[in-house]
Amino acid sequence: MLLITCPWCGPRAELEFRCGGEAHIARPADAMNISDADYARYLFMRKNPKGWHYERWNHAAGCRRWFNALRHTATHEIRATYKPGDRKPEPPR
Amino acid sequence: MSDAGDFRLQTGGRIDRERRMRFFFNGASYVGFDGDTLASALLANGVRLVARSFKYHRPRGIMTAGAEEPNALVQIGSGPRVEPNLRATQVEIFDGLAAASQNCWPGVEFDIGRINDFVSRLLPAGFYYKTFMWPPGFWHLYEWAIRRAAGMGRAADSADPDRYDHRFAHCDVLVAGGGPAGLAAAFAAARAGARVILCDEQNEFGGSLLGGAEKIGGKPGMDWVAGTLETMRWLPAIAMLPRTSAFGYYDHNLVALCERVADHLGEPKPGQPRQRVWHVRAKQVVLATGAIERPLVFADNDRPGTMLAGAARTYLNRYGVICGRRAAVFTSNDSAYAAALELAAAGVEIAAVVDLRVEPGAWGEAAAAKGLRVIAGSAVAAVRGAQAVKAIEVAKLGIDGASLAGGREIVRCDLLLNSGGWTPSVHLFSQSGGRLAYDDALGAFVPGKAAQPQRNAGSCNGAMTLAECLAQGFAAGAQAAEDCGFAPVTPPMPELEPEMQATPARHLWIVPSLKPVGRGGKQFVDHQNDVTAADLRMAAREGYRSVEHLKRYTTTGMGTDQGKTSNLPALAILAEATGASIPAVGTTTFRPPYTPVTMGAMAGRMNGAFLDPARWTPMQRWHVRAGAVFENTGQWQRARYYPLGGEEMHVAVEREVRAARTTVGIFDASTLGKIDIKGPDAGKFLDLIYTNSFSKLAVGRCRYGLMLREDGYVFDDGVTVRLGEQHYLMHTTTGNAAPVLMWLEDLLQMEWTELKVRLTSVSEQFAVVTLSGPFARKLLAELTDDIDLDPKAFPFMSWRTGAAAGIPARVLRVSFTGDLSFEIQVRASYGIALWHAALAAGEKYGVVPYGLEAMHVLRAEKGYIVVGHETDGTTTPHDLGMGGMVADAKPDFIGKRGLRRADLLRPDRKQLVGLRLADGERRPLPEGAQLVDDPGQPIPMKMEGHVSSSYYSPTVGAPIALALVKNGRARLGETLYAPLPGRTAAAMVVAPCFFDPDGKRLHG
Ligand SMILES: [Zn+2]
Repeated sequence: MLLITCPWCGPRAELEFRCGGEAHIARPADAMNISDADYARYLFMRKNPKGWHYERWNHAAGCRRWFNALRHTATHEIRATYKPGDRKPEPPR
Repeated sequence: MSDAGDFRLQTGGRIDRERRMRFFFNGASYVGFDGDTLASALLANGVRLVARSFKYHRPRGIMTAGAEEPNALVQIGSGPRVEPNLRATQVEIFDGLAAASQNCWPGVEFDIGRINDFVSRLLPAGFYYKTFMWPPGFWHLYEWAIRRAAGMGRAADSADPDRYDHRFAHCDVLVAGGGPAGLAAAFAAARAGARVILCDEQNEFGGSLLGGAEKIGGKPGMDWVAGTLETMRWLPAIAMLPRTSAFGYYDHNLVALCERVADHLGEPKPGQPRQRVWHVRAKQVVLATGAIERPLVFADNDRPGTMLAGAARTYLNRYGVICGRRAAVFTSNDSAYAAALELAAAGVEIAAVVDLRVEPGAWGEAAAAKGLRVIAGSAVAAVRGAQAVKAIEVAKLGIDGASLAGGREIVRCDLLLNSGGWTPSVHLFSQSGGRLAYDDALGAFVPGKAAQPQRNAGSCNGAMTLAECLAQGFAAGAQAAEDCGFAPVTPPMPELEPEMQATPARHLWIVPSLKPVGRGGKQFVDHQNDVTAADLRMAAREGYRSVEHLKRYTTTGMGTDQGKTSNLPALAILAEATGASIPAVGTTTFRPPYTPVTMGAMAGRMNGAFLDPARWTPMQRWHVRAGAVFENTGQWQRARYYPLGGEEMHVAVEREVRAARTTVGIFDASTLGKIDIKGPDAGKFLDLIYTNSFSKLAVGRCRYGLMLREDGYVFDDGVTVRLGEQHYLMHTTTGNAAPVLMWLEDLLQMEWTELKVRLTSVSEQFAVVTLSGPFARKLLAELTDDIDLDPKAFPFMSWRTGAAAGIPARVLRVSFTGDLSFEIQVRASYGIALWHAALAAGEKYGVVPYGLEAMHVLRAEKGYIVVGHETDGTTTPHDLGMGGMVADAKPDFIGKRGLRRADLLRPDRKQLVGLRLADGERRPLPEGAQLVDDPGQPIPMKMEGHVSSSYYSPTVGAPIALALVKNGRARLGETLYAPLPGRTAAAMVVAPCFFDPDGKRLHG
């Protein structure tokens, strides 16, 4: 079970959180004028890397806030958690 | 000697001879002492044969003195308190303990499965795979017999009466293992001021010192242990947990411990759990988990009386038990000499020390000086005696170690000790993600690079002398504390006896026997699963080169001991057979738990009613008293129907529906999801999340809304009420209340951060009583005098506030039955009072409570959808005939673009329709039934749609159904067929509304 640092509440056990999948997927502004293929990419296509991954998490059994995290999918190292709107951190080299 | 055992010495050991414990093993009665394990007490009583082996049912004795025991598996207790798969070497005896061998039938002395040993040429590695997979489909016939013969123990015959707990703990430093290294680490960390948790699987701290004879500071090692524990007791922030196994090491330094709180008492004391699982999150972890002695792989190395040298030492020093009268010792390394010398000093005759090494070095000389006969450069080539060791045959080893040279000497003995070296217990380290490194001198893997904030100390780290263990322990504890921000304190090293000069071990993974491998006596590698050196070689010849495949194919290391004594020899034999090096072959994955953990401990309090919380409405107790039959909707328990005088379900439901259509029904709708939405942008927000518009809704009005996902499919539906200019109340379906709230929060926090909107779940803050039926208004009028109920003043889809039965209420004129209907919302605490008042006032109107089932019939008669019945995650508003609710003129809403995807615009999509059956047919179609055009067509048939809801309608007087049918709205009047088991039902496609299509009742 991971130890996840909520940007508002501090480090808490994973069982208080819910993962919301890949982060930084922009909702197309002009959706009505983009192709089905492009819209399908927005709706369905997600990265599944072995390595660093930007993710959305919700502190569901805590403050109920959403935030982003940079997590390594193989080691589970969480390099950073940050508030929505904050600049995303670079993955370590 | 006494009745406490012929093999018990008069003095010595850590047992309390004043406290005699009577216990039972396989029905026979014995006496042991407080402090004994079942194994030590049996050995003291001369019980050699304790089990039959898994596959060949060979007689087996106790082989070890710890968690690694592969043979002596027992089941203890009876009735509801049965626990199988326990190791006799870890079971503490108590007065009245009843234990039984697990793997023998009909009994341990005479075992019918023994026949397998004589036909073992027919039972090679992979035997089950090769034999029982043919003919296909017959496995279920074989399985019963195989499982019965395999003897996995028996489950309890009724529910476990004991309680199990879970506890979460945080600390600076967790030390797993309370031997010399672990104690030193805990002491150093605690002295530096760190919060420390120290756990050890045994009943006493001390680890190897419990069974050894080493001196520390000139005194017995256990005196140092006692002194260290006493000092630590006075430190402020240390928790010391004996009988507590660290069984799993998870991410981010989470270590799971299982504390056996009351197992050693037989029954827990009042208020005490039997076991407790600790979830420890540590800033730093020190693993001091020790090492496990490896048995040598030689012919017939499983005969009862064959035992690890270190185990015999433990039985002697810790329990005052000698395991035989005349012992032979067979070793590859120095460590067995301590056992030989200590046993000799205790009066056991040492017949010979057979050492694989040509030059046994200083230890050999010391043994010889004490008059022990050391036979160097030799091996035990054979063991004589089937039920117990009677003698060994010793032969000189050839230079290559793979063959024997010269003649054989027969050495008589009743105890055969052996040691193939020590394997560091790297299980937890490996579980933590750490990389292992192979140490040639040890012939074993040791911790390499750590993956978490963690250190290793002592013999689990490859340290094989007491001085190294203590030094590593002190250093690891001090460094762990320093990494937590404390100034390190390194305690002084105590004075130790000089170490004997060490001589390198000779690692010989298969000791040659009189015949080639596989022809002579069995050379067991995995004693628990009966895997031999020949099996492993055969698997390698058959092409199993990956250690993971080898493990599964031969089942080596797959018993409940997880191969603690066998994994390393197995992979060394695979390496030899495939010409690879041991580190190139690598190890199998170490997985939790280190030792078996009971299901009770895993479940903890999440058991029975606590497994999943049940949600009750404020009127629940009334429903129970009224004899309601309940149905679960998520965690909610909802009244399904209220049978009167033993009514069957369909009778009760029909009565309830009829009342709601002819007089008035009352329904508890409190479970509906309710989200309070406030803020200047609330209307704008609702416009974005519903297909239709809410910002223009007048205060005082209600509107039904459809909520889509981005892909255009229906997610949820419900009525939203405008309470004020900046204030709405959203209703969701009962089951979707939490997902909808989470989705709305997600959008506000991550997508539309500029919108000023606040969401509050109020599902449980309000009780909702629905009155529905022709007399609903009359009944409501009895309850309120300050709400104008005139249809013109209070039209459909509006709401008013006032007093209902004197209770402040909000009344919604909405309907999910298609009938005149009012929903009265009051604070939850008033729910039951309102319910009682409405029932009393409604008596003269023939009010009848109706349950969830009747509600479903009522809404289906009207053709109202239920998310999850009429929708399946691929249903659009247009499919449901609700295209008119999609406000395409809005610039944006969730799902707007998704609805334009090509597949969602297909003309032949399934559409919501109604179905009527042939006249006289009273059986409703089964929900989920497929519909076809031509029931005579060959299978697989072309499916035209499916039934989504189906009931008997008392209002119609016939079964009705809702269905989703390809291009259904254009097919009204057509007949479709539902092929059912044993019959085919014909159904006519009709409009999805069977009651009051003009809405006269709704608006009346
Ligand atoms: Zn939080």
